This record gives sequence, C-alpha cells and structure tokens, in this order.
Amino acid sequence: MALLEIKNLHVSVGGKKILNGISLALNAGEVHAIMGPNGTGKSTLSNVIAGRDGYEVTEGQVLLDGRDVLAMAADERARAGVFLAFQYPVEIPGVTTSAFLKTAINAKRRAEGKPEIDAMEFLKLVKAKQKILGMPDDMIKRALNVGFSGGEKKRAEVLQMTLLEPRVAILDETDSGLDIDALKIVSEGVNTLRSPERAFLIITHYQRLLNYIVPDHVHVLVGGKVVASGGKELAEQLEAEGYARYLSAA
Amino acid sequence: MAAKQETAAAVRDVEQYKYGFVTDIESDKAPKGLSEDIIRFISAKKNEPDWMLEARLKAYRYWLTLAGEEPAWAKLTYPKIDYQASYYYAAPKQKLASMDEVDPKLLETYKKLGIPLAEQAVLAGVAVDAVFDSVSVATTYKKKLEEMGVIFKPISEAVHSHPELVKKYLGSVVPYTDNFFAALNAAVFTDGSFVYIPKGLRCPMELSTYFRINEKNTGQFERTLIIADEGAYVSYLEGCTAPMRDENQLHAAVVELITLDDAEIKYSTVQNWYPGDAEGKGGIYNFVTKRGACRGKNSKIMWTQVETGSAITWKYPSCILQGDNSVGEFYSVAITNNHQQADTGTKMIHLGANTRSKIISKGISAGKADNTYRGLVRIGAKADGARNYTQCDSLLIGDKCGAHTVPYIESRNPTAQTEHEATTSKISEDQLFYCQQRGMTEEEAVSLIVNGFCREVLQTLPMEFAVEAQKLVGISLEGSVG
Repeated sequence: MALLEIKNLHVSVGGKKILNGISLALNAGEVHAIMGPNGTGKSTLSNVIAGRDGYEVTEGQVLLDGRDVLAMAADERARAGVFLAFQYPVEIPGVTTSAFLKTAINAKRRAEGKPEIDAMEFLKLVKAKQKILGMPDDMIKRALNVGFSGGEKKRAEVLQMTLLEPRVAILDETDSGLDIDALKIVSEGVNTLRSPERAFLIITHYQRLLNYIVPDHVHVLVGGKVVASGGKELAEQLEAEGYARYLSAA
Repeated sequence: MAAKQETAAAVRDVEQYKYGFVTDIESDKAPKGLSEDIIRFISAKKNEPDWMLEARLKAYRYWLTLAGEEPAWAKLTYPKIDYQASYYYAAPKQKLASMDEVDPKLLETYKKLGIPLAEQAVLAGVAVDAVFDSVSVATTYKKKLEEMGVIFKPISEAVHSHPELVKKYLGSVVPYTDNFFAALNAAVFTDGSFVYIPKGLRCPMELSTYFRINEKNTGQFERTLIIADEGAYVSYLEGCTAPMRDENQLHAAVVELITLDDAEIKYSTVQNWYPGDAEGKGGIYNFVTKRGACRGKNSKIMWTQVETGSAITWKYPSCILQGDNSVGEFYSVAITNNHQQADTGTKMIHLGANTRSKIISKGISAGKADNTYRGLVRIGAKADGARNYTQCDSLLIGDKCGAHTVPYIESRNPTAQTEHEATTSKISEDQLFYCQQRGMTEEEAVSLIVNGFCREVLQTLPMEFAVEAQKLVGISLEGSVG
C-alpha cells in the first residue's frame, strides 16, 4: 500500500474547478516532484492535502496509510504526519520561534501518548538541528517569521519539519525567494530527512531545486491534471524546453 | 466606653430596621440594604474606633447626595443596580463539606491551571482540616517580615495597631468624594490589606493576598493601602488566576498606593472573577478605583493587570506623579469573551518636573464582548520635561465583538512630550491554519497567538504569576473561535 495515495481528486474554489482528477501514489522512501506553470493548481493540491479551508473536494480521495485524510481536521492531519512547508510562512508577532516549536512538538507528543518535552532536552535538540541548517542559536528567541528574510523563513520551515519528523512532507515552492547559498543549505536539510519511512512531495516551478533534491518521480501538472510523469530526466527536459508542449496539448 | 454605648445604640437601632432585621452584635450577617445603621453595625462588628466610624458615615452621607447616580461615561451597559438589594456585611462564607460539592467545571479549570489539590479545596471554599503547606509557609514568612519592620496585615487590624499611619494615608489618594464607588467603598469596606515598608528596605519577597486567602472574606468591598517609605521597595500581588467562588454580584474595591522619595511599588493583579455564562447571565460587576501617588522625588509606581473575569469591569489604575523625576507605568491585558464588557485604562497625572509615564495596553475581544481602553495623560503647567509613551493594541476574535480606544491627552506645558500609538488587528485565518498545520488544536493556536500579543505585558508579571497567567489567557478564550 502506498504511504500517501491521491485518487481521482477533483477540487473547486468558489465554484471554479481547479483540480480535474489527480491521481498519485507516493511510496515510503520516495521523493516526488510536481512541476508546472503558474496557476495550474500546484498550491491548491498542497493546501487540500493539508486541510486548509475554502476548497471544495467534489470527487476523489486522499489516503494516508489507508486512512481517509479528507475526513480529518487540519490539526489531526498534522499530528498524523502530514507536514506542509509553506510558500509564504506566516508571521506570528510576539510568539517566539522557540515557544512555537515547543507547542508544536508537544502537540505531537501528546497525540503519541508521550509526556511533554523537557526544557533542556528541547534546547539541546533545537540547537543541534539549527546547526545543520546554518541558523544562529538566538534565532529561536525571535518572534516567528517576524522580520525574517526570505531565506530565514524557509530555513525556519525546514527546521520545523526536522523537529516534527513527518511521514509525508510537502514543500510548496520552497525554492522561491532563495539565493543559491540558502537553496543549498535548505536542500541539504531536506536530504538529511530522506528516509525509507518518509515520502516527499516537492512542488516547484523551476528545475533548479531538483538539482539538489533529486526526485525519484517527476509529474507535470497543467490545467489541474497530471499530463506527464517520468523520472528526474523529465525535469531536465522541462528546463530545456519549457512547458509550451503541454500547454498547447491542454 | 463611649464607643461601647454607641455600639449598643447601633444594635438597638438595627433591631428596628425597617426590613425587619432582628439580630444582635453576635449575628453573622446584616440584612440586605444600606443605611447608617448598617454602617454602624459593620463598624461595631470590627470594634472600630470612633474616627473610623465617623469617616465611614461621612462617606455614606456624601454617597447619598449622589442619589444613585453612577458614573455614566463608560461604555458599559448593565441594568440599574439596586443597592438596597445587596448585603454589606457577612461573616466568612459557609464552607462546603467536601470537594464533591464543588462545581465540576470549576475543578476542571483548576486542573488546567495546574493548581495543587490542597489549594483547590481552599479556593473552592471547602473546609480543610489539615494545615496545608501554603498556610504554614505564609506564617513563616510573616514572622520574617515582621522582624524586618514590614507591616503586612488586614486593614481592620491596622486600624487598631497603627492608627496614626491609617489616619494619615487612608483616603489621601482616593478621597471618598472621588467617585460614586469610592464613596460606597469608604462607607462599607469590609477588609483588605495594609502594607507599610520602612525606610530603605527592599522587601525581599513578593507580598500576596493569596497568603491570606482563607483568613477573611474580603472580596466584595476590599480596601487596600500600601505605603513605601523613603527608599523602600515592594512588589505586591493581588488576586488569583483561579476563579473564586463568590455569591456577591457587586464588587467595589479601592486601592491606594503611596511612594515617598526614591521608593518603588510594583502592583500586579490577576482578576478572574466569575464572568457570567455564555449567554451573559450572572457574573460579577467589578467597579474598582486604584490609584497611586508618587509623592516623593525619584519614586516609581508600576501597575500590571491581567483582567479576564467579571461581567463588567470598570477600572483605571492611575498614577499621580507629584515628585520630580517620578515614574508611572501601566501594563494591561484585558480579555473579554462572550457577553463580557470591560472599560479599563489608566490616568497619568504629571505634576512634577521630568516625570515620565508609560502605558502599554492590550485589549482582546471575542464573542459578543466589548472592550474599551480609556486613558488620560495630563501634563500640568509645572511638569517641565515630562514625557509619556502610550501604546494601545486591540485584537479581535470573530466579527461580533468590539474594541474601542478613547485616549485623552491634555498638556499645559510646552516642554512636555507625549506619544500615542494604537493598532487594531484580528487573528487571521492564515495564522490559525499555520498553527493547526503544525498539529495544534484551534484552542491551542488561539492561546499561543494571544499570549504572543500580550507578551510585553505578561513579561512584567512576577515569575510565579506569569506562568499561570499565560494558561489563563488561553482558558479565558476557550470556545471563542469556530
């Protein structure tokens, strides 16, 4: 059984059809990339899996380990192991990154029937992970995402992902707004998380990110449908030729 | 002797009370209603000296001239209060026989706040046989404080033990003529704290009414007087994060603070009286007058309040900055949910030269609640170089609540500087979804976001209070979203 299975997913927003029957199966240990031009429903797909309000699923299913994801509230999905690295991470004034991380970790631990994390253990853990991502120690004392640069925000997203150890991680345009150094660091962070128990869904407009996070499968999304699937060579081909071929076909 | 005769006369009068009040001085409860007889009864019960009774009667007669006209300028709506329908004297409350009789909802809240079982019993008003830890700890501390010269006792005792201090300072910051509720309190106050910190002493521990919690029934018309003599410092904690049982709907407390040269008082409050149910039924009406006078030069008064309870909150902890270079600070979190209404803020009255004040107010409104910040910054003609900074932030949860900011700034000195900043924001869907995507429930997310919004104020609370206050912020907003 696939870890995450999307079956014939149809989604509308405000009566307008955005996704027109998407089917994907992500096995544990795999990295799938979804590529496509702007406005083809890439972000809609990630939001629907994560459970954001405002999307109407008119047909189809999303299953995590065979469980009906669409029947769960957003926070339940998160605790079940669905993680979304946001394209635009949200600012939360006055809430330190440290307080936020601790609350999130404890929410997960509670769901697993574990006691709250010890303060010292928490600091040690966060420091170690921050080091991997090239983040200064005192960054967790700052209010979450407030006044963060584009690169800092994306690193903070990957830090959260590292600490929450999800089953399925969705990266929504994580490469946008990153310079090449930040891109390398963020990619390394993601690569250290690759494991036989975990699947990744990487949503991107450009092939650039996929040079650093090499996918097992690449899917082309146009007009709310997967129009082509292949290996990593498909990404390279898209980089060379663009989406024109698929656009005219759609 | 004269006092005794008066008492006897009072008791006689009481017996003929028109509401059919037949009792004697041993009675635990005065009948409903307010009259000179009732005031004499209260005073007699407390064995007060004549001057105290006179002061009460003077206040009562003044209150009568106000003819029931409560201040009408606040943005509060509540039915007319029938002052003759209230009790003004009752001996300590009847204890419940066991924890089984306590409202399970109350116990649930205690559990969420992490309050130890022994303290839960006391807070809920259950009779406790065993001497439990916090009481014995309190006794030990009291002895230490006495040795240092700190006077910390119920004001009803201070009237007897330190009449010179009480006479000199009581009513000197909030005179009975100040307002309707101050007059009422001066006439009928039941008890409260008296604190005197001697010259040059930094009180090494936080003083808390919590230590006295099971001693006296002081909730309704509390009267507090704190004096910090030259160079003294004290931090005082009032109230409790745990919701307390109280049958009285009307509360009208008065708090007076006085700092002499180079002295400092830090006064922190957590108010969590019963706010009424989700439909707006019941709940405490809380009309409080709190004011501090920085009489001495270089003195400082700092108010921090976390107001989450009561159906009606009417409260403006203020500072009169008389001494040159004196400093007044006001940090406030006011949370209103369901049908709660709060009209709260501060007054900073700059009289001395180079006086400074700072106001940080955070209002959170949810449900159908109304939350008003009302503040006055007044700079007198002689307050050369006075400065004020005011920041008022409002946070709205949902679309049926209200936030209002009413700042008054009056400056009579051209060298003074005042700054006012105000913001109004909402908890956004994006913020909620972001937190939920990290596994937090909606309630956890709201609590986290609101705690962030209030952080600047909560940080000024003493450590032991701050942790509970953070939890309380979350609990007060339960059910406010979705």
